[in-house]
Order: sequence, then structure tokens, then C-alpha cells
Amino acid sequence: MNLSLLILIPLLTAILLLLLRNATQVKWVALAGSALQLVLAFVLLYNFRQQRIEGNTAQILFETSYNWFPSWGISFHLGVDGISVAMILLTAFVVIAGVLVSWNVTKMTKEFFFMLILLSLGAYGFFISLDLFILFFFLEIAVIPKYLLIGIWGSGKKEYSANKLALMLMGGSALVLVGLLGTYFSGGVHSFDLLKLSQLQIPVQTQMICFPLLFVGFGVFTALFPFHTWVPDGHSSAPTAGSMFLAGISMKLGGYGCLRIATYLMPQAAKEYATIIIVLSVIAILYGAFATMMQKDLKYINAYSSISHCGFVLLGIGMLTKTAITGAVLQMVSHGLMTALFFAVIGMIYERTHTRQVSEMSGLLKKIPFVITLLFIVGLCSLGLPGLSGFVAEMTVFMGSWQHPDTFSRAATVLACLSIVVTAVYILRAVTKVAMGPLTESFEQLKDAAWNEKLAAIILLAAILAVGLAPNWLINLVSPGAEIIMQKMQ
Amino acid sequence: MNDFLTLMKPELVLTGIIFLLLFIKIGKGISNEHLLLLLQVLLLLNFLAGFFYNKPGSLFDGMYLTTGLIVLQKNILNLAVYLISLLFANWFKRLQHMPEFFMLMLCALLGMFFLISSGNLLMFFLSLELATIPVAAMANFDLDKKRSSEGAMKMILSSAFSSGIMLFGISLIYGATGTINFTEIPLQLHGSTLEVLAFIFFFAAFAFKLSIVPFHLWTADVYEGSPMAATSFLSVVSKGAVAFIFLSVLYKVFLPLQVLWYNLLVIVSVATMVIGNLFALRQQNIKRFLAFSSIAQVGFILVGISGSSMQGTSSVVFFILVYVFSNLAAFAVADAIATKTDAEEIDDYRGMNKTNPFLSWVLALALFSLAGIPPTAGFFGKLFLLTAGASKGSYLFIIIAALNMIISLYYYLRVIRAVFMEKNENPIEKITIEPSTKLALIFCSAGIVLIGLLSWIYDYIQSLV
Repeated sequence: MNLSLLILIPLLTAILLLLLRNATQVKWVALAGSALQLVLAFVLLYNFRQQRIEGNTAQILFETSYNWFPSWGISFHLGVDGISVAMILLTAFVVIAGVLVSWNVTKMTKEFFFMLILLSLGAYGFFISLDLFILFFFLEIAVIPKYLLIGIWGSGKKEYSANKLALMLMGGSALVLVGLLGTYFSGGVHSFDLLKLSQLQIPVQTQMICFPLLFVGFGVFTALFPFHTWVPDGHSSAPTAGSMFLAGISMKLGGYGCLRIATYLMPQAAKEYATIIIVLSVIAILYGAFATMMQKDLKYINAYSSISHCGFVLLGIGMLTKTAITGAVLQMVSHGLMTALFFAVIGMIYERTHTRQVSEMSGLLKKIPFVITLLFIVGLCSLGLPGLSGFVAEMTVFMGSWQHPDTFSRAATVLACLSIVVTAVYILRAVTKVAMGPLTESFEQLKDAAWNEKLAAIILLAAILAVGLAPNWLINLVSPGAEIIMQKMQ
Repeated sequence: MNDFLTLMKPELVLTGIIFLLLFIKIGKGISNEHLLLLLQVLLLLNFLAGFFYNKPGSLFDGMYLTTGLIVLQKNILNLAVYLISLLFANWFKRLQHMPEFFMLMLCALLGMFFLISSGNLLMFFLSLELATIPVAAMANFDLDKKRSSEGAMKMILSSAFSSGIMLFGISLIYGATGTINFTEIPLQLHGSTLEVLAFIFFFAAFAFKLSIVPFHLWTADVYEGSPMAATSFLSVVSKGAVAFIFLSVLYKVFLPLQVLWYNLLVIVSVATMVIGNLFALRQQNIKRFLAFSSIAQVGFILVGISGSSMQGTSSVVFFILVYVFSNLAAFAVADAIATKTDAEEIDDYRGMNKTNPFLSWVLALALFSLAGIPPTAGFFGKLFLLTAGASKGSYLFIIIAALNMIISLYYYLRVIRAVFMEKNENPIEKITIEPSTKLALIFCSAGIVLIGLLSWIYDYIQSLV
């Protein structure tokens, strides 16, 4: 299977969007494009599994390479392993749901969908590239659409949030850039090729400098404490689809980068810095959970809880066991799906009630049962109810962390576990307040979800259940990738 | 004789156009509109002619050199001038003395051609003067504005000063080495104190022309006062030409003093980036804003030059090619607005995308390219400069450079925010632009998107180095 299709299809969709004039056509083309992406992601999954079943155990499948700036040692080198396939599936699900919930955007419709598709292009490119230069290229492509989505179509203090997000993310990618250049010149081969670099022994001294640069740089994207401050502002000001993309896809770019680039290329440094990573991620987990308790706005609740949940991703990476890393990837997928659905539901509620304040809503379950049921489900997923994806992912991280027998790791694991209790408190409190009790009078006229919202929700919900009820297919997909990263540790 | 014709073809064609303009001026009886059309056609032909019958060689005992790379550099400058003639059509048509303006501009361009091709210090100095003095006159072309004359005055004084310093440096070099020939100087350089002193004077004069900190003070005032067409010529063509010759002077002529100029470059490049960026943060006037941002861009060019000669040359030439497209597009949009409405403040641009979506998106694209955001070509340009610089540089140097990209992003985004996000009751009225300008803007936008993605362009430049 040719992986460049994953870049070409969004690209062609985007170009087609630019040529259209009519808003209805724009929406349908965007929907068709994202549906095609989803189909492509499934075809990729099928082919990938088929290859594995046939006994193809190569680390990377479907490799393709084109010449691109050969004088710098850059090539357009694409390929996937299980981890990337999982991330691509996640992206495809979030993109189609994001397009569906944006059906009612009237302001500059064409530009809006163009930005969404461009963002998805950046994400796919990032997940399939095996060349650090093009990986960086796609990482940065995804920043400006986010900035414009928040700044133009957002709400509240959108200009401030958009600026903060763009500057912090670009700051992160500047650190990544320096780290990449350090890697490029240290190996002695002057190549950006991930596979070539992974064969080399990068000198430990270089690793000790480049690893923190890369890890912190990618960490900014995935809300590494103390670089998480863009998350609440960015998410709460963004339009619904923007928040979904931010939390569902963009934060995962960081986690994937920490794992695939920083940890994989620089195992010695990763070991050295593991303690710091664990401490920071436990702080993020607990801080995020307690900060959520104080929030009154539904979007802020989900944004802060995202900080807490993404802390699990970093915790899993910092623990450096095969199970923990598998758990980290599962958490990325699970959190991406769950939080996208959460933001979609918040958007649906806001569109009807024109408020996001928990205190101003009550008894909505009677009036808009479909939307509020979704809110329940996604809340339960967030607090880790068995049967939904959150449980599987967090359990795997905890199991992996517990494999370290020392007191420090045990203490970190226990502390991280505590956050689940806090999560239960804030989720149940908010959800109950919104759903139960007497119906607020002004909300008598509300209508339940429309077809596009239902479809978006069902797509995401199906994926959450697929991970939650039968996690094995995903674990089997991801764990060989985690195994390879661990092998380099030895 | 035949050699003379083919090697000096770019200069000869240009001289022909200048003479033609002279006759037209004397003869009169041709309207601005027709003359501009004629000039656009001639400049297009001039640009196209640059691609045929080229061969490397030298004339007049090595005073004049040409190679594939030099031809390419001249083509880039030709392209920039052709684009200027299209992009500022609105302004040109209203101009009282249009033939003179073009004559001055082409004379300066001729000076730059000789500058790039120069093979000894005498030729170098002569052509540098030819490339500078007409620009000062161009800066004065907004005849009814006091600021314009003020800018021109500042420019002529500061460039006279820098020429003095350069001449002093040249005489010291001649004293130390006994030759003015570019190929012989490096053989005679041994790093004595006199040579170091001479080089520093020489360097300072370059710093004036490229507006490198601490010799940048004239830039903002001149940019603000001059008409937009002159400003863009100054910031794109003039800077480009000086940067081209700077490359070959450092890599070839002063190669024995490499340690010295490398350290010097690192210091001034950090200062230039930081100060250019910090001043740009506070500017309200779009021209001053672009002036300071172009100072910061020169800081980046210096990062690239500090790398090895091969990668340094190719990345700088590539960056300037990208810079031509992005900076000219930004200036052209600003000019289209200023000519119609006299609005030059960033705050005037608020809510502009409602009334002028086309201009807004072109401006956004140009600014993203200047800020180095993919997929625009500016991203590749900046990244190659940084990579070239990183091959020798310390982590600290590259981190400072990378962080400066973030500062610059902040102020570029400020303009974008004004255009797209901030509300305004009466945004700028709908502006109708000339078809030729519109075409050129589309061409620039296409260039901004494609130059980076099509990797053969960079490979072609690399193959010539």
C-alpha cells in the first residue's frame, strides 16, 4: 500500500475546497474527503495486519522513499509500524467527527474546512514520516491552522489564546529543531533518516544535550508540566472542531514525538532523565486533576482534565517498560477519542443553551436525552470505567509502572492512581448537575441532536467501545513497536 | 570581442534599456501607461535573456568574472526588478517623472551586476558606489513629502560615511598585501594586526550596506520616508546583491582570516537578530515594521554565512530567492493600500479581510513565509540557513537563532491578527488593483508556496556552487 495517499488525499481535498464557491458543496467535499481518509486508515490497518499474519516481522512496513533535497541528506521517507497505524486511525476518526460537528459553521465556511483538512494533512504526514526533516515540516504545518481556527472562529479571549498557543507550540518546535540539528551533525552521517540514525550509536554526551531539547520541545505539545499553560486557554477559546483537533490529534503529535524520536534515538539519555520525566508527569496528573475540581466551565473542565490524562502518556514513556510504553500509546488513542467526543458534546450543549457554565444548567437529560447520555458515557470513560477505552489504557500504564520494584516508581504509580478518585469527583459532580434536577425554564424549547451530530458521536463512540471492549487488537498492534524501543534500551 | 558580448550580456542589455529610456525622455510624447507597459515587456525580455548563451569566464585581466552562480544571482535580481515594475504599477502610473525613476533603478541594478562580477577591489568599490547613489535619489521620489527627502539625505550621508570607511579598509588591505586582485589577496594574508584592522574596516562598511547591528540606524528612517517601490528595491535587490558579493568576499578573498570573521559573524548576527526583532515588536507603521523585520532577516542570513562555504553559499542564495518573493509581496500589498487610502499603520488594517480578502490572504502568505512557517518557502530558507550555521556553530548560537524565530513570529502574527481577527467598524475600503499587479501577486504567492516544495530549485543552486 502506498502511504503517500495519506498525504495526497487531504491535499487534493484542500485544493478542491479552495476552488469551490458554494458553502454546501464545501461541506460535502470536506465530508467526502474525511470519509475517504477513514476508509484509507481502515485499508491500512487491514493490510498491516495481513502482512503481520503472513509473518512479515520487519520493524517498518510499506516503506517508500523519494528524493527530496539529497544534498542535505533529506529524503521523503515514509513508513509505518503498529504505533503509527494506531495514531493514523485515531486521526481519521477525529477528523471525520470534527467535520461533522462543524456542519453549522457559517463564517468563512470554505476557509474553515480548508484549515481543518490542512491540519489533518499535517498530522498524517507527521505520523508516517521516517525522516526527521519532513517530520518537523509536518509538525509545523499543523500549528498555523490551529492559530487561525482559534483566532478567527473562536470565542472568548480568542486573540490572546491563539497567540499564546502559536507562540508556545512554535517555541516547542524551535527546541525540537535544535535537538534535530544536534542529532544530524552528531552521527557523522549527515542524515535525517530515522532508521539510519537508530542504527548509530549517538555519543552519550550529545544525547544528554539533545534529549532534553527534543523531549521538552515535543512535551510542550502534549502539555508537559510546566509548559501546559496553553492548553486551557487554547481549548476553551477554540471552536468545537478546533478543540477536538487540538486535544484529539495535536496533543498526540507531542506524545508520539517524545516516544518515537527522543526516547527511541537516545535510550541512554532517556534512562538518565527518566526520574525527572516521572516527577513532572505525576505533577501534571495531580495538578491537572485538582485544578479541574475548581473549574465551572465545561470546556475548562475537559481542558484541565486533558492535562491530567496526558500526564499518563508521559508517565508511561518515563517508566520505560514495554507494558508502560504500550499503555502510553493506548492512552494517546483513548484520550484522543474520548476528549474529542467530550468536546463535541460540549459544543452540542453550547449550541443549544448558549452557556458552558455548569451552574447555569440543570435537568437537561429530559430535554436533550441523546446529547446528555453521550455526556454520561464520555464522563464515565474519562474516570476509567471498565468497558470503555480509558480503563484499558490507564490500567496498562499502571501495570507497566508497577513492574519497577523500587520505591520511587511505586510511589509515583500510587500517586498517579490517586488522581482517578479526583477525576471521579469532578466528572460526576459536573455531569450530574447538568443532567439531573429540575429543568431550567429557559431551556424548554431545546431540540435534540441532529443527524450530523448523531453520526459524529456514533463514530467516536464505536471507536471508544472497540478499544474498551476488545483491547487486544490494539495492544497486539502497538506492543511490537514498544518492544523495539525497549530493545534499544538494553 | 565575442567573449565580451556573451560574458557581459546582462550588463549590455541593461545599458541598452537605460539608453532607450534616455531617448524616450528626450523625445517625450508617451504616456506613463504606455511607457510602463513597454518597460514591463523590456524587463521581462531582459529577465528571459539571462537564461541563454551563458558561459563562465573573465574579462579585463580578471577584473570582471562570471560563473554559473553569478549568472543565477543576476537572474534573481532581474526577476526582482521585473516584479517591482508589475507590483507597484498603481504608484508608477501616477508618478510625475517615471522614466527617471526607472533609469535610476536600472543604473543601480547595473552597479549591482558589476558588483557581483567584480574581481578586484577597484572594480568592487566603483560598482558599489554605482549601486548606492541612484538608490538615494530614488528614496527622494515622493516629491511632496518632507520625510522622503529626509530619508534620502540620511541615506546619502550614511552611505558616504560607509564608503569612506570601506575605502580606508581597502587602502589598508592594499598596504598590507600589495595587491587589489581578489585571487592574489588570500595568498598574501597572514593574519597580522594591520590585516585584521583592515578587514574590520572592510567588514564595517559591509555592515552598513546590509544594515547589520550596530550599523543599522539609518534603515528604518530611510524605509519609512521612501516611496514603497524604492523601499522594496532597497530591501530586496540591494540587500541581495550585497549579500551575494559578501559571500564570495568572505569565502574566497578573506579565507585565511576565517577564524576572525567567523567569530565576528556570530557576534553581529546574534546582535542583529535580537535587536531587529525587539525593535520590530513595537512598530506601528508597516514600513518601519518591515524595515526592522528585514534587519532581523539579515541576522539569519549571517547565520547561514557562518557555515561552510558550500552550504553557506547555496542556502543564502536560496534564501534570497525566497526573500524576493515574500518581501516583495508584502510590500506590494502595503503599497496598494497606502496608495489608495494613505493607511500605513498596522491598526488601520483591522478587519481588512472582510473587504479585501485577496490582498489579506496574499499578505498572510507573505508574512508566514517571512516568519518561516511551512509549507511556505520561507520555512525551507530559514531551516537551511540554520542547518548550514549549525554545522560549525555551538548549540547556544543555534538556540538563540531558533528562539529569535519565535519572537519574529509574534510580530508577524500581530499583523495577521489585525487583518483577520480584530473587529473594526469601518475597515479599509475595497481596493481595486491593476490586473498586472494582481497577476504578479498571484505569481509571488505561487512562488512562495512552490519554491520550497520543489526541491530541484535548491538542488540546481547547489549544483552551481
